[in-house]
Amino acid sequence: MERQADSIRLERLADDPRYRRLVRRRGRLGAVFTGIMLVAYLGYILLVAFDKPLLARPVAGGATSVGIPLGLGVILLAILLTGLYVRRANREFDAEVAAIVAEERA
Amino acid sequence: MSGGTGWPALAMFAAFVLLTLGITRWAARRTRTAADFYAAGGGITGFQNGLAIAGDFMSAASFLGISAQIFADGYDGLIYSIGFLVGWPIVLFLMAERLRNLGRYTFADVASFRFAQTPVRTLAAISTLMVVLFYLIAQMVGAGQLIRLLFGLPYPYAVAIVGVMMTLYVLFGGMLATTWVQIVKAVLLLGAASFMAAAVLWRFGFSPEALFARAIEAKTAAAAAKGMAADQAAAAGRAIMGPGGFIKDPVSALSLGLALMFGTAGLPHILMRFFTVPDARAARTSVLWATGWIGYFYLLTFVIGFGAIVLVGTDAFYLDADGALRGGGNMAAVHLAHAVGGDLFLGFVSAVAFATILAVVAGLTLSGASAVSHDLYASVWRRGRSDQAAELRVSRITVLVLAIVAIGLGILFEKQNVAFMVSLAFALAASANFPVLLLSLLWPGCTTRGVVAGGAVGLVLALGLTILSPAIWVTVLGHAAPVFPYGSPALFSMPAAFLTIWLVSRLDRSGRAAVDRAGYLAQRVRSETGIGAAKASDH
Repeated sequence: MERQADSIRLERLADDPRYRRLVRRRGRLGAVFTGIMLVAYLGYILLVAFDKPLLARPVAGGATSVGIPLGLGVILLAILLTGLYVRRANREFDAEVAAIVAEERA
Repeated sequence: MSGGTGWPALAMFAAFVLLTLGITRWAARRTRTAADFYAAGGGITGFQNGLAIAGDFMSAASFLGISAQIFADGYDGLIYSIGFLVGWPIVLFLMAERLRNLGRYTFADVASFRFAQTPVRTLAAISTLMVVLFYLIAQMVGAGQLIRLLFGLPYPYAVAIVGVMMTLYVLFGGMLATTWVQIVKAVLLLGAASFMAAAVLWRFGFSPEALFARAIEAKTAAAAAKGMAADQAAAAGRAIMGPGGFIKDPVSALSLGLALMFGTAGLPHILMRFFTVPDARAARTSVLWATGWIGYFYLLTFVIGFGAIVLVGTDAFYLDADGALRGGGNMAAVHLAHAVGGDLFLGFVSAVAFATILAVVAGLTLSGASAVSHDLYASVWRRGRSDQAAELRVSRITVLVLAIVAIGLGILFEKQNVAFMVSLAFALAASANFPVLLLSLLWPGCTTRGVVAGGAVGLVLALGLTILSPAIWVTVLGHAAPVFPYGSPALFSMPAAFLTIWLVSRLDRSGRAAVDRAGYLAQRVRSETGIGAAKASDH
């Protein structure tokens, strides 16, 4: 019985426009960032697979090759996107979730 | 201690063993309930959990293996590191918070949330045990080889020591000890690797360009010494700055890339760490710390590998009569420790490398034991009616059994390629666990039959294609040509799992399917808001 009441309560919450807006925005951010990461990494792997000479080409005639900044770039991009997502979630999403849940409990 | 590294290594090793046994004793006093044993009572902070997760990834395979690969082939080592890192943002964007909000102890809690418990948990437990076992064998084999080289111990003894130590941690200290051993080791390893990388860069005026230039010269000289013509030798030296033989054909490259990227989001011993933190916010913070530390660590490994080319590869002291590395290719980082820090630092790095294996093995074992006691015994066999004491007893018995199996398989598979076993574990996780988790979390139409069929297809296909691939079919079984010509199955097995889940769910008209679909809304709201989330505490 309790479980049933609970699920009615949750279903009502699912109709709350603020909840729907939050889920949509958070979902979109996650999807966009996932997409960026996928494109960057798969692009890098496809370069490794199809154009090894490009990655081996020296930067400005030195010892460092094009592949090194590209590879490090993928690593830094992963850390950067993670940081951006966490910042936005901590600053915006958490407060919104807390407000929705608090109001729903009242 | 013939062939070993002498007393400094032994002393450091003994100090680490004492420290971790102290942690285990402390943790044992705080481990009473199932929540304590499986999830450290939910009392680990995001920062601590981030370090522990990073520790799971900074295994001996990555510290010794990747630096050795860079030492041998240069750039190729970086490709592997990147694959291991890029799974983390995906875990954060799609899973971490939802996992924490829905689960208690194992990822099967989440995968089976709205489905029929028995079939889904059984499948999840089987795939957990398979992933854990392959990963465990890889670590045991690596451990045995490492200890034999470092301390001059015979291989079976070395494997047995690892088995006994990790059993002590897990059996008595549960998740709390397992996590803190991992944290201590992560800090030690990050410290040691930072020192090595800084020492290498310092010798080149903190100019990576100068380091790379010297590394090319060193490789060129080595190639010329083997009798190559000048222009060939120069090309061989220059080759370390670009991708080489690591990835042979485009399909294998893409397939391995997918396995590494999505495997992370399906590794049971990693996913269980999200249940040790108090809430979704801490779960999120752990991923940020983990990604930062792992990324930083791989940058260090890159410098260490190139440093070893220059400082170790050109020094006759570290080479045998044939010009190969003393103690085998995996010892590049260990020799570099000696080159930059002398005997004492060599001892320290040897002890840390060993600690790394212990900590990772303990986490794997705990994850396998939870799958058996929490998913198979308590939920499937006793249908949720077992008491905690009985469940914990089953878990501890499983730890013992897993330890014995791991020691046995470690000895049996002495000659197996460690990197191959790890990539197989990633491929299984990406093909079975990841599709099941993702669709059960995000697709309303998903049903019990769908996830069970799809998970099973992913698991069987990934395993089957691996057996038919060159590494097993040709190298191990001795057939002339592989049936499946590529290096990794994920490019085929992962989409097959997704497709099967979708197709079977769509065709599913059973009564259970109606219940599964009706349960989505409530599950989604819980996963997004954390309402009703388990606090990982029974008090």
